[in-house]
Amino acid sequence: MAERMVATGLPIVCAGVSVARGGTTLLSGVDLTVAAGTRTLVLGANGAGKSTLLRLLHGLVAPTVGRIAWGGRPLRPSRQAMVFQRAVLLRRSAAANIRYALELVGIRGDEADLRIDDALTEAGLRALAARPARVLSGGEQQRLALARAWALRPEVLFLDEPTASLDPKAARAVEDIVRGIHAQGTTIVMTTHNLAQSKRLADNVIFLHEGRVAEQSSAEAFFNAPRTVEAAIFLEGERL
Amino acid sequence: MNTFSDSAVLAAGLIGQFDAQLIAVVGLSLAVSLTATLAAALLGLPLGAALAVGRFPGRQALIVMLNALMGLPPVVVGLVVYLILSRAGPLGSLGILFTPAAMIVAQTILITPIIAALSRQVVADAWTEYREQLTSLGAGTGHASLTLLWDTRFSLATVLLAGFGRAIAEVGAVMIVGGNIDGVTRVMTTTIALETSKGDLAMALALGLVLIAIVLAINAAAHATREWARAHYG
Repeated sequence: MAERMVATGLPIVCAGVSVARGGTTLLSGVDLTVAAGTRTLVLGANGAGKSTLLRLLHGLVAPTVGRIAWGGRPLRPSRQAMVFQRAVLLRRSAAANIRYALELVGIRGDEADLRIDDALTEAGLRALAARPARVLSGGEQQRLALARAWALRPEVLFLDEPTASLDPKAARAVEDIVRGIHAQGTTIVMTTHNLAQSKRLADNVIFLHEGRVAEQSSAEAFFNAPRTVEAAIFLEGERL
Repeated sequence: MNTFSDSAVLAAGLIGQFDAQLIAVVGLSLAVSLTATLAAALLGLPLGAALAVGRFPGRQALIVMLNALMGLPPVVVGLVVYLILSRAGPLGSLGILFTPAAMIVAQTILITPIIAALSRQVVADAWTEYREQLTSLGAGTGHASLTLLWDTRFSLATVLLAGFGRAIAEVGAVMIVGGNIDGVTRVMTTTIALETSKGDLAMALALGLVLIAIVLAINAAAHATREWARAHYG
């Protein structure tokens, strides 16, 4: 784990962060911490600000007000990866998609070959390595996006509704890969609409309501005894 | 006597026998327009990508101007290039007026805005889709531009074909800067204009048929490229 000794981007700490776009407030007064090694599930209704929070934590969106720090520094660290709701893959082979991401962080040659093979195997895509990425099925594309993220050996992996457009079987395959990546020490931050899925994966829960963090607690506490009315209604609504 | 049918028979004969004069004219047309397309691609593709991805002052004005320049009248381009390359002009010392080089310059100026404006649109659409992912992976603006140009290569191939189609079919610019000199700067379009006015309709019609065949082939190739790419690369 020598790599881990290099400047870490964890924990991620938000202090009084608000995000506004074109006059609309997307997030306001966000104070939260993402600790190393945890699996944090971001829950909330549509438009609660889940995707914006993920982009904020990943450094794709800058705070309008407040501060965010990664391991105490205000600069977005490189050892992060994100998987989007709809996989964005390049018009080249599955393996070349991973190679592209590795080249951007300066990993080439044998090390790149090794990581590509490893990531494709992990995602169950080894047989499809030479196939053009964009003609893969939806589930395969999402698994490839995960493999690409995993090949980067990120400290933190962000996933924005990674199974939203997949059938149950493909969704479970993605879950298994996420679990495997976490088992190797990667911190996970993920949004989902699927309550059963969040119960299977979460250590911690961040519950957003209308752009504010209504609750941040352990998964057990959140699912068994939500402290806010909004969370109770959200959980109840899902149960109906 | 039916002028059209007689001419058509003669034209078919010229094409069938690979008439030397016909071949020379078609060859020069292709050489000039392909070279101009290559030059316009080298200028227009990076410009299009920069306008799609970059954020710099004057960008919007440049986009509006490029779109307007897509409709440049060939004769005006020919006139301006003529003035620049004529003996008294700023680049008169090059001595390339009435040579194929001057024709290449004129056609390059004519189609660079077309290639830049169309490729900007193609790359901008891809950028909308890829922006967050490429930023997430750590690609800077320059690297992202190259990635987008490569990833949209099939759409851009049809953009280049559109530019080539415009170049090979125009007559005004090459007529003025080339001078339509027999055996030197005579291309398909200028020959058609000349032979028609001389009354040699067979040669004019033969060249017309070749020109139409080329334009048809370009469009078929563009269509086939798109379909093939969609099936193989998504």
